[in-house]
Amino acid sequence: MSYLHEPTAEQIQEKKLYREMGLNDDEFELVQSIIGRLPNWTETGLFSVMWSEHCSYKNSKPVLRKFPVEGERVLQGPGEGAGVVDIGDGQAVVFKIESHNHPSAIEPYQGAATGVGGIIRDIFSMGARPVALLNSLRFGELTSSRVKYLFEEVVAGIAGYGNCIGIPTVGGEVQFDASYDGNPLVNAMCVGLIDHKDIQKGQAKGAGNSVMYVGARTGRDGIHGATFASEELTEASEEKRPAVQVGDPFMEKLLLEACLELIQNCDALVGIQDMGAAGLTSSSAEMASKAGMGIEMNLDLVPQRELHMTAYEMMLSESQERMLIVMEKGREQEAVEIFEKWGLEAVVVGKVIEEKQLRLLHHGEVVAEVPVDALAEEAPVYNKPSKEPAYFSQFQNEEAFVPNVENKKETLLQLLSQPTIASKSWVFDQYDYMVRTNTVVPPGSDAAVIRIRETDKALAMTTDCNSRYLYLDPETGGKIAVAEAARNLVCSGAEPLAITDCLNYGNPEKPEIFWQLEKSVDGMSDACRTLNTPVIGGNVSLYNETNGVAVYPTPVIGMVGLVHHLDHITTQYFKAPGDLIYVIGDTRPEFGGSELQKMQLGKISGKAPELSLETETKRQKQLLEAIQTGLVESAHDVAEGGLSVALAESMMNGAAGASVEVKGDTVSALYSETQSRFLVSVKPENAKAFEAMNEDAKQIGFVTDTAVLRIDHETEGEVLAATHEELHSAWKGAIPCLLTSKA
Amino acid sequence: MKFAVIVFPGSNCDVDMLHAVKDELGAEAEYVWHDESNLDRFDGILLPGGFSYGDYLRTGAIAQFSNVMDEVKKAAEAGKPVLGVCNGFQILLETGLLPGAMRRNKSLKFICKPETLQVVNAETMFSSAYEQGEEITIPIAHGEGNYYCDEDTLKQLEEEKRIIFRYKNNPNGSISDIAGILNEKGNVLGMMPHPERAVSDLLGSADGLKLFQSIVKSWRENHVLSS
Repeated sequence: MSYLHEPTAEQIQEKKLYREMGLNDDEFELVQSIIGRLPNWTETGLFSVMWSEHCSYKNSKPVLRKFPVEGERVLQGPGEGAGVVDIGDGQAVVFKIESHNHPSAIEPYQGAATGVGGIIRDIFSMGARPVALLNSLRFGELTSSRVKYLFEEVVAGIAGYGNCIGIPTVGGEVQFDASYDGNPLVNAMCVGLIDHKDIQKGQAKGAGNSVMYVGARTGRDGIHGATFASEELTEASEEKRPAVQVGDPFMEKLLLEACLELIQNCDALVGIQDMGAAGLTSSSAEMASKAGMGIEMNLDLVPQRELHMTAYEMMLSESQERMLIVMEKGREQEAVEIFEKWGLEAVVVGKVIEEKQLRLLHHGEVVAEVPVDALAEEAPVYNKPSKEPAYFSQFQNEEAFVPNVENKKETLLQLLSQPTIASKSWVFDQYDYMVRTNTVVPPGSDAAVIRIRETDKALAMTTDCNSRYLYLDPETGGKIAVAEAARNLVCSGAEPLAITDCLNYGNPEKPEIFWQLEKSVDGMSDACRTLNTPVIGGNVSLYNETNGVAVYPTPVIGMVGLVHHLDHITTQYFKAPGDLIYVIGDTRPEFGGSELQKMQLGKISGKAPELSLETETKRQKQLLEAIQTGLVESAHDVAEGGLSVALAESMMNGAAGASVEVKGDTVSALYSETQSRFLVSVKPENAKAFEAMNEDAKQIGFVTDTAVLRIDHETEGEVLAATHEELHSAWKGAIPCLLTSKA
Repeated sequence: MKFAVIVFPGSNCDVDMLHAVKDELGAEAEYVWHDESNLDRFDGILLPGGFSYGDYLRTGAIAQFSNVMDEVKKAAEAGKPVLGVCNGFQILLETGLLPGAMRRNKSLKFICKPETLQVVNAETMFSSAYEQGEEITIPIAHGEGNYYCDEDTLKQLEEEKRIIFRYKNNPNGSISDIAGILNEKGNVLGMMPHPERAVSDLLGSADGLKLFQSIVKSWRENHVLSS
């Protein structure tokens, strides 16, 4: 089908057809005043997609400005395809996270696959070689057949794309909660390596230079994807399946190799940008706007996969595996030859012009002419009203939840089989996490670690967000999300460098939702400042609601750290019998939003655990120093399920057991989720040096040679004893078991 | 000894193979693009894993028509060692250099994890550095590694000792737990597990290194004899 009879400019105005594209009345008037006339169908499309929340951040901009974005290592902050951080020796790490929630909700395989494809393009369009993928997934409870279908297909989609293109999927997290029932979250992160000299910008400089289209042909898939991503999901969303793109990882592999070959070998390349959300429109308008230039394109020249495509369709298509590049005039052939080698098209479709206009020609006529800055920079910015939701003060004033636990061992086994805590090997076994043979620490430990070839260094990476804490208290929860990500990196032996974030929230037009966004960004910003991990880029995904019900506020933190020497790499697993086990940090009775509360009550309430950023920073620094000094055998952060779960997780590889003694209230000691705690093992000969360095560390026991976890209380005697076999089978079997049980 | 690492559009373990051979084994190796029409300068041919031509049609089905595959056949006829790993194995099956065919894993899912293999025949040019019956850890990473052949072929493979690796815990449904097989002459090996991913203790296992060492050892012996 094609829009052979497009509405006239007058019809668009009279029948308010722009509303269907997501523009409101005021915005439509603003468009008129910018161009000084009524926009035609194509122009209305250009504005609607570029002014969508997904492309313009019009609702979130005022909040995003709060993030600290600078640091001595930051080479490129937010604004380009991805952020860049210096790691020494002329090298840098490039990373970004992005959401593909709405597409995945209605077409999970392709939605997830193209989410992966999109984030990879963001990385190599910067000139970097993608070296790792992570993803952060949220689904409803694994009880309904719909959720199981979404979960299985999303994982298959991620595997299908990442495995084929040959970039290892090394980590991430998967969590389950009813708030994500109809609106799963699929956030994909890609990490790349680059030499400083190869860093690219998406700029269309130099009047007369050629604008070239490279990669796959344009079809009618994904039209208005960005607009669709900027509204709530309803029962009618199924009808928007055509707005979901279809991915071809083989094509992207060729595009990746061709682009890197061009970037590394051709100095005639002026700029390069991915055609992601809003496709040709955003790439051309943004590249021109950033360079202070304009672009004229002849759409007859755009490689097309389908017949009779209109200007509107070509400009709004989100067909995958395409890039826009600008080459110096007269040297276009150099690009053509490189792309030909990889079996790809590289076609001149236009040129850079002095006037700051996006001018589109089709069949010999000018079909659109609008200012590039209006599209890329001048979307209206809204300061949305914010209101503290009623639930917040209720939770704050609620009497603290005190769990009653009869059988400690049974409770531990149940916690280990909660899908959020249980082994995710059902997921990771489907991802090729080893290709490129650099994966030193595979999925499952606190953070994944990738060595950097020809150096003694490595990169540690993780994604984190406990959205339960954020729901109870977005500001504290935001701090915890950043702190926990950093904790994971420190436990792996890495110095945290910077973060990318993916802000997943409900409809920001609701003041209570906007309040969640605002408060959590405050908390995250505080934590980023104190931990010295600036925000180098990210993505905002709002309108994550189904039939009016929002997801928990879920700002996923993607953090990357630098391991300065390979022998600093540390895992969570206990190593040798006789090693001393320490906990760093005291435990308070904190069960608000805890795994145990969720398990016992089926819901969460109360206060989120407290977090002192000063304490957090101090302990992280001290532990990292101890690891770098070679004093630490294993390190693990104490998170969901508390100390008992952390102990069990540290012996899941079956190599050793543990015998520890706890003090005070046993239930808190075992299951409380007090923050800023670490579980560490140390060789006896290093104990003194370790203790001197970590003032909050207390020895609680030692590693044993029998694979049994034994926990005693100082006055009450044995609390629990569980074999590795018992712990492992509860933990490992939970997800496969849930997937095969009948809904 | 100089190895060719053949690169098809969509190969993605080519980098790993080259590193394994150059950096860990210490032999010479270079990439050879799929349209190359002369492999005379190489002593051994390595077909790496990946998704050549996106696995379209069938795994390995399109790669068999690449220019370079005629040269690979010539090299095989000349008795040079030819090793196909994962997608490389699938290509060797499609080309007819090895018998049988590949089906999707029994679980219908992609599987990536270290597997324990048994060295069933340690008297080949690819396995002489191993002990007969030795158990080694080599990772797998595939969606279609469920090897199948008819009964007569299986009988022949067994009688001629052409099964050189078997899975200890069959992960994919392969007939007779087969992980790797040889051609009749014994100079073409196809295997689903990735020895090039097991060449360094830092990454979990170095058990794959002996496979490459076996190839070099055999070549040296022959080379010294013939020269």
